Amino acid sequence: MRLTLRVWRQRNAEEPGAMVTYDIDDISEDMSFLEMLDTLNETLILRGDEPVAFDHDCREGICGACGVVINGDAHGPERTTTCQLHMRHFKDGDTVDVEPWRAGAFPVVKDLVVDRSAFDRIIGAGGYISVPTGAAPEAHATPVPKADADFAFEHAECIGCGACVAACPNGSAMLFTSAKVNHLNVLPQGAPERETRVLDMVSAMDEEGFGGCTLTGECATACPKGIPLPSIAAMNKEWLRATRKTSRR
Amino acid sequence: MDMSRTMSWTSGPVGPSVGAMALATRTDRQPSLTRSLWGSTVGKKTVMAVSGLIMLMYLVAHMLGNLKIFFGSGEFNAYAHWLRTMGEPLLHYEWALWIVRVVLLAAVVLHGVAAYQLSRRDIRARPSKYVHKRRRASYATRTMRWGGIILALFIVWHLLDLTTLTVNENAQPGRPYENVVATFSTWYGNVIYLVAMTAVGLHIRHGFWSAAQTLGVGNARRDRILKTVANGLALVLTAGFVSVPVAVMTGVVS
Amino acid sequence: MSDYTAYSTGAPVIDTKAPSGPIAERWDTRRFEAKLVNPANRRKHTVIVVGTGLAGGAAGATLAEQGYHVVQFCYQDSPRRAHSIAAQGGINAAKNYRNDGDSIHRLFYDTVKGGDFRARESNVHRLAQISVEIIDQCVAQGVPFAREYGGLLDTRSFGGVQVSRTFYARGQTGQQLLLGAYQALSRQIAAGNVEMHARTEMLDLIVVDGRARGIVARDLITGRIDTYFADAVVLASGGYGNVFYLSTNAKNSNATAIWRAHRRGAYFANPCFTQIHPTCIPRSGDHQSKLTLMSESLRNDGRIWVPKAQGDTRPPADIPEDERDYYLERIYPSFGNLVPRDIASRAAKNVCDEGRGVGPGGQGVYLDFADAIRRLGRKAVEDKYGNLFEMYERITAENPYEVPMRIYPAIHYTMGGLWVDYDLQTTVPGLFAIGEANFSDHGANRLGASALMQGLADGYFVLPSTINDYLARNPHHDDVDASHPEAVRAVAETNDRLERLLAVDGDRTPDSFHKEIGELLWEYCGMARTEEGLRKALGRIPEIREEVWRRIKVPGTGEELNQSLEKANRIVDYLELAELLCLDALHRTESCGGHFREESQSEGGEAERRDEEFSYAAAWEFVGTGRAPVLHKEALEFAYVHPTQRSYA
Repeated sequence: MRLTLRVWRQRNAEEPGAMVTYDIDDISEDMSFLEMLDTLNETLILRGDEPVAFDHDCREGICGACGVVINGDAHGPERTTTCQLHMRHFKDGDTVDVEPWRAGAFPVVKDLVVDRSAFDRIIGAGGYISVPTGAAPEAHATPVPKADADFAFEHAECIGCGACVAACPNGSAMLFTSAKVNHLNVLPQGAPERETRVLDMVSAMDEEGFGGCTLTGECATACPKGIPLPSIAAMNKEWLRATRKTSRR
Repeated sequence: MDMSRTMSWTSGPVGPSVGAMALATRTDRQPSLTRSLWGSTVGKKTVMAVSGLIMLMYLVAHMLGNLKIFFGSGEFNAYAHWLRTMGEPLLHYEWALWIVRVVLLAAVVLHGVAAYQLSRRDIRARPSKYVHKRRRASYATRTMRWGGIILALFIVWHLLDLTTLTVNENAQPGRPYENVVATFSTWYGNVIYLVAMTAVGLHIRHGFWSAAQTLGVGNARRDRILKTVANGLALVLTAGFVSVPVAVMTGVVS
Repeated sequence: MSDYTAYSTGAPVIDTKAPSGPIAERWDTRRFEAKLVNPANRRKHTVIVVGTGLAGGAAGATLAEQGYHVVQFCYQDSPRRAHSIAAQGGINAAKNYRNDGDSIHRLFYDTVKGGDFRARESNVHRLAQISVEIIDQCVAQGVPFAREYGGLLDTRSFGGVQVSRTFYARGQTGQQLLLGAYQALSRQIAAGNVEMHARTEMLDLIVVDGRARGIVARDLITGRIDTYFADAVVLASGGYGNVFYLSTNAKNSNATAIWRAHRRGAYFANPCFTQIHPTCIPRSGDHQSKLTLMSESLRNDGRIWVPKAQGDTRPPADIPEDERDYYLERIYPSFGNLVPRDIASRAAKNVCDEGRGVGPGGQGVYLDFADAIRRLGRKAVEDKYGNLFEMYERITAENPYEVPMRIYPAIHYTMGGLWVDYDLQTTVPGLFAIGEANFSDHGANRLGASALMQGLADGYFVLPSTINDYLARNPHHDDVDASHPEAVRAVAETNDRLERLLAVDGDRTPDSFHKEIGELLWEYCGMARTEEGLRKALGRIPEIREEVWRRIKVPGTGEELNQSLEKANRIVDYLELAELLCLDALHRTESCGGHFREESQSEGGEAERRDEEFSYAAAWEFVGTGRAPVLHKEALEFAYVHPTQRSYA
């Protein structure tokens, strides 16, 4: 098939960017969206142009590296990652707009590549259980009810791609932060740090300049792993509980 | 070496180094409750949720009181007078009313200021827009900010109209029934009121559900119930409030 | 024919750290013999860790917890994205929670046997011992393993073993284990104990006075080349499967770190031991950029077949039962569709070579669930394999409930890697290699669910114990900085290489070269290898190498984010590695594990190992690009598990 691509090109963080139009031919419907971009890049290189820079790695929907906004949707029209989106979801002759994640906390590095290190700092602020290697008790010492284990897993599935932030009209990282808080706070292993974890991670999230949550639900709609919107309510509950318990009276 | 990028990662709160083993990375926090609430986006949303629910409860009472207009001038005006004497003899004349007013004023100010500050933050957090625009969130969700501004302006007009009577055509103290009829006998009075009540409905529809999420009451199981209650409240309140101007316009109340 | 194949054999390489005594006590013995670093002195020691996967992430976090100053690197934008994240199946541990006869010794035995008797007994036993602690550690970190209703951990049997020792987190075990390590690492980064450099790629090793003292790395955003110094360097940069271009590895996984280390003196062991996974989704065309693996568990219920006739292009439903060849069930009646990975893979290749393959290019075989759906019901099949079927349908747009899946083997894991001793130290003092980057524990073939076990064992437990000994014996010196002649030389060589790549300005893209090397290797050094084919490949590789420097085109500059330059630079190393891979395959005239030489098979087509000649690890020493390397043999002894020839007929 034949497509008209309009791709955000930006040389680096300092220079302004713009949409650039490319006509691209011979696109197979079995290609993934990134393979379509590969094809464009091969042509650009041979023409002596700079290829479009984009983040990607595993190309099987689990590393979270890839992610572009396609026709206004984070990761495009299907609920999946960009690398697992196939061209059969587009029609011959379509015009496709490709933009980077846009959020104040995710500055553009180049073209479609953005800096998501703010996520790492949110995790560093408390998204862990403090258990130095070797200090662990026997694994079966603490049984975990299956429902809690499943709830933890459902939230632990987050791949940190940033689609939630990209889709949110407020550039908020609530869904990302809540996924990790809920994963760890429901487990008995996470209980000793339950309060500090949620308070510190929310503070870090605010410090990074993410917006607040207005519960538009755009994040959960865009999430390729289906982290549910009630995850945010569950974190709010944890936050209020922690605030009550730790505040000076 | 590019220190800026490296350091940006390690520049967060660096824990104390305990001997050779650096262990503690958790902050040892004991802030005041007020500081916790006002100092965080989640806390500020909590303030908005609580103040919003206070206003919502007030609206329910207000709407029920309004319906008394259908029972004639005598009953409605007597009810208005009772609002001033309620709480007696424990409280002095109008004290209870002033307590309600102060609480409401505090709720409105907190709700408004928090909304303003959060909105500014949200806009800053999304400095550049997508070239390819598209919409998905519900109308009620997208109109929270504008709806809030409309309601703030309405409250000012509403107070000037029926509390201070500054802009009321009838402006008879102690005769609210007649003042209300006068307001809804003007075209602009009806337009302003109907627009505002639509805004109230939409605002409550997303606001009530949103407040439940903020207060951590929401979960997957309860989601349908919460949405139904939100829609029900929005519908009942809007219908109740709107019934008054409609009644005046159709001559049921005059 | 180049003279590259005229390799010489040098002195045997000996593992001087391997303890003696009863095998179950060796790890304790070694830990006791190893010198320790005083806790107060650890802060003064800097350790560089390259890579943040299971091995690197675990090692960085653990070393920092112990008090060392860690400087860590990953090419990804975040340490959480390392390719360990893509592992699906599970992690083995000899917990024996099922009371089904498992034990440390059985896991040890299975791993040595599964590795086709080309792994070191001591190392494998240690791995089996540590497997138990890994589960404890991960559970304490909050890894959400599957649990039963009683709240205890669930396990399943995996890869044809008879005990249920595989712990799992749905189909995302690698992700969950990696996030556990990443979170532990993040905690140390936030505490200031780990200095993390994301989007920074190691391009060379700095060796001073025979000891590894630092690395040269490029900031992928600014293009800046910098030097970093330490008392020891740990490579946890993964395997080299991407030399085949199409593999299940991440697109940017690469061999540059280990290859540069090899060029600086670290021996490279058993490069020809590459593992091919039989159940991958076949390529759909020339645009294919990588291959996606589907869990091997599909073979428990799916039946593999191809049409009996060549070039039969009818839709599978139109091919009657008596015109189908269920070839695995036919050739291996007792194991059927559950034969080991390498056998299933080779059989698929054979039927496709006969012209009976299905799908685009005839590079695929059917994996049919029709019988399973009839027998168990659609619901039961959905419960077991629902997410895999979904993934398959997303990629191929075919519904596997109605149309048989198409599968084809793909390169998945590389057992070979940098030669390391029992302490995981390479032949360059101060340079350690852990996880898939080393060669140590899987021999010629890796068992399912053992890669995660080895990565975490190395990272959490082995390296943090053994590196103490090196650091204690080599006290800290502040004697090396960027002005040291070795550092200046390494930086100059790196800069020179990148500048030359940028200057060629030819007419071929980096990817076109990568594809060409990949296809060449897949053809001649893939599932089945012959002397003739390997010699052909060895003849062609230097030609491609020469062509790269004449025809490659890399747009842009070196002072910015330049993904073409990153690729081009990796390809230069792949072209040297590919040559060694083929040579190792050529020299090992036996068939063994993942390495199948057509010349060494039984009449029934079974791989034939030749223990008298090849019971050794082949450690290669680099002497120059295109120059015949030197082979150093490490003899393998089997005192606890007696070598037997595999048979699945």
